[in-house]
Amino acid sequence: MQIAFFVLLVVLAGTTGEMLVSRAMKQIGEVTSFRPAAIARVVLRALGSPWMWSGLAMMALAFFSLLVLLSRANVSFVVPVTALSYVMAALGGRFFLREQVSTGRWMGVCLVCLGVVLVWAG
Amino acid sequence: MPSGPNLRGKTAVLLFLMVFFGAAGDTLLGKGMRVVGPPGAWNPAEVASFLGRAVVSAAVWTGFASLLLFFLSYMLVLTWADFSYVLPASAASYAVVPLLGHFFLGEGVSPLRWCGVALIALGVGLVGQTPPSTSPVAAPAAATAETAQGD
Repeated sequence: MQIAFFVLLVVLAGTTGEMLVSRAMKQIGEVTSFRPAAIARVVLRALGSPWMWSGLAMMALAFFSLLVLLSRANVSFVVPVTALSYVMAALGGRFFLREQVSTGRWMGVCLVCLGVVLVWAG
Repeated sequence: MPSGPNLRGKTAVLLFLMVFFGAAGDTLLGKGMRVVGPPGAWNPAEVASFLGRAVVSAAVWTGFASLLLFFLSYMLVLTWADFSYVLPASAASYAVVPLLGHFFLGEGVSPLRWCGVALIALGVGLVGQTPPSTSPVAAPAAATAETAQGD
């Protein structure tokens, strides 16, 4: 039961965090130079964005939950099960953002669900 | 979307680094947290002690550093590639982590669980194969423009 709760927390907080971070990075624009100074500048600019901060807060919560999960279960169980975030992203896209989710993507989501059931049972 | 040999090359390198550091990071965290053990109870003191034990574990630190490198490659690649384009690389790590767990940490993985892992990697890969933007904004506009010109 506790395992299921923390899996849910990793998935929910992790997906939200990644979307917020993705949004922040898109605002910065394409990185064209990989010199350390240029990368440091990108990181500093990213840290100036509120999207980045809220994203990082969600990711910290997800990371804490991941630590709790890993203290109780094998990494070969925990990591595959967290792929449920793709299911969450598709459902969130469809029902919250009213995006059209293609048939191919639903098929992928179904495979992930089936896989998680097998990993959980195995 | 990545195009041109240069952009394709740097995307491939960064995706490889993502999979490598991500999978290594998760495996090291798993190794460390197994020694640390779960919080004794859900009160602030026990949770603080749990975090304290995690913070002094060398495996947890190396895992955390590896995940930071993963995160850095991920952030860099996201400045030009779409979230959905990056997905197939993540699909690979769902298969790589159980392999590392099995061979480096000696975790027993049942055949049923391997089947589940394969389905998950396949499913995540399939999610990444589909067009990233399913809201048809640009395409119909272009089609309308063409029709208008034809008229």
